[in-house]
Amino acid sequence: MYKAETDHARASEAFNSDESYVNWHDETLWFVRQKRDKAAFQIPEWEVLRDTASRIKHYVLSHMHELLVEFEKKALANGVQVHWAADASEHNRIVGEIIQKHKVTRMVKSKSMLTEECHLNEYLTGLGIEVVDTDLGERIVQLREEPPSHIVLPAIHLKKKDIGDLFHKHLGTEAGATDPQYLTEAARQHLREKFVTRRVALTGVNFAVAETGGFMVCTNEGNADMGAHLADVHIACMGFEKLIPQAEHLGVFLRLLARSATGQPITTYSSYFQSPRPGQEMHIVIVDNGRSTQLGRPDFRNSLKCIRCGACMNTCPVYRRSGGHSYHNAVAGPIGSILAPNLDMTKNADLPFASTLCGSCSNVCPVKIDIHDQLYKWRQVLAKGGYVPATKTMGIKTMAAVLSQPRFYQWSGKLGRTVMRALPGVTNNSLNPWYKQREMPDPPKESFRDWYIRNRGGK
Amino acid sequence: MSSRDNILNKIKAAQPDPTELPSAPQNPIRYDDPVGKFSEMINLNGGVAELANNWQDIRVRLDTTFNEFSNRATTIPFLADWADFSLNVEDPHELELINVAVIEGAFGVAENGAIWVSEKHVSHRVLPFITQYLGIVIRRNEIVNTMHEAMERVNISESGWGCFIAGPSKTADIEQSLVIGAHGARGLSVYLLNDH
Repeated sequence: MYKAETDHARASEAFNSDESYVNWHDETLWFVRQKRDKAAFQIPEWEVLRDTASRIKHYVLSHMHELLVEFEKKALANGVQVHWAADASEHNRIVGEIIQKHKVTRMVKSKSMLTEECHLNEYLTGLGIEVVDTDLGERIVQLREEPPSHIVLPAIHLKKKDIGDLFHKHLGTEAGATDPQYLTEAARQHLREKFVTRRVALTGVNFAVAETGGFMVCTNEGNADMGAHLADVHIACMGFEKLIPQAEHLGVFLRLLARSATGQPITTYSSYFQSPRPGQEMHIVIVDNGRSTQLGRPDFRNSLKCIRCGACMNTCPVYRRSGGHSYHNAVAGPIGSILAPNLDMTKNADLPFASTLCGSCSNVCPVKIDIHDQLYKWRQVLAKGGYVPATKTMGIKTMAAVLSQPRFYQWSGKLGRTVMRALPGVTNNSLNPWYKQREMPDPPKESFRDWYIRNRGGK
Repeated sequence: MSSRDNILNKIKAAQPDPTELPSAPQNPIRYDDPVGKFSEMINLNGGVAELANNWQDIRVRLDTTFNEFSNRATTIPFLADWADFSLNVEDPHELELINVAVIEGAFGVAENGAIWVSEKHVSHRVLPFITQYLGIVIRRNEIVNTMHEAMERVNISESGWGCFIAGPSKTADIEQSLVIGAHGARGLSVYLLNDH
């Protein structure tokens, strides 16, 4: 039954081969986490805000049907065309048809994790449509022909030298140039030409407001606005869980989103679209793609509250030391690991195990998703369903046998310490997955139990 | 059955028991000096906030700051003769030539430096993004504390589109190094007008 093509540990081997690079990645993301803390601590009502946001999202989950119907009605009244896609292929087909109807073969796109999930770019390329990603980080990974490694910081796995080499090859910048200012300017010139010549622009959606039929798109670069306001056709794609009930709730979510994501007080641009400008065509594509199944899973439906800030990735000790690509899913990190098994249990059975269950993700989540609890629950669902490799099941069974028998446990511990001291090669070898890219700790002289009896015995 | 009905039916069957909508957080942060906090946040976001006593004062500052630029555009009647680029164009692509655009904002938000700009304040939606440099005039008595107050003032149905602009366009996608001037305006000057 277990037939995953890869697993997280194996996929992170290449990332982990250079220790100084791993340390750099780890520290860079931890720095973003610290900026998040600094921003959050400036708002005395931060915890109340998180709680409010979580409860608003719970209201949305429990009224999804009514709110979607209301949103559609308002959007149609605003002159927006609304489409519904059951899965990724229907989403791609809808977008492709809109573009082909306008006889267009080139388009710009701003950041949308949904289109990554649906593999829209590959589909459109197959139709002969050229897609240019306009977020700088997304453009970088697109030119490298690889997926983003982080939902907010798509090129966080790359050093400026990699980007300098890439831009030298594709944009004609000077060989060896690594100055971020210079490289960004080159991208600006390159992408301005795209903005002013493309007639179709696709954007994601951060929040869709049922009350008004409007939707908000947040960027720092201004690329969503540059694309959408210049294009004849604006297509906005959203998973149905992007819905919020009322415009006033934007106040709650905009206070949380950027502070959680990058530690900024707000993104530079929070653009609220309600109706197309005169002469423009505006489309909204509402996508299910497994979300209604997740909504029906009581243990996992809270994952649909996610506002895609990436805070859980920046704080995760596993993500920081394994990189986004090792998660082999459009959304990486802790949140990706609870969304991915819903999409495909066979392919993604490894992901809920790519966690220490430390709980840091749940503690920073702006909508208070119980991420680490869900990781733990997915492990049980996947093991019961037979999606977990036999070695892991056997290991767990052995462990259960040892832990349930105190005397056996004592004896095993003693034996383990003696063997590790006398013959470190037994554990420190390539057959032990825990030894990969890690040093094994020195075995302690005695067990905690022995220490406790010696120091606190009789009390 | 259409995908629409299929999706909606699946959702109806899957959604949990209804819960109540919570009220907005009570007593959100208030600032003793909202204008000071707002200016601090604009500067933090990479913009420049300046106090101006009257429109003439703004005019003088614009002349000083943007003296070297041609292709200046504005939607503010008082500054009409400062501008040399007419916004009376049908195709928004023509605005690509603009170096400086100066517009009015409806109000500002102290907690984050965001300024609400809607279709009422611009000739074309793309204007504040496509210009190389952006100036926004805002009245000092139009600064609210938080986004909660801000959203009370936003009525999107009046304009069809609007945007909170909190600074110049920026990115940190190359090794987390902050670079001002990604795709939108390379600079944001905010003039806080004394409204007496």
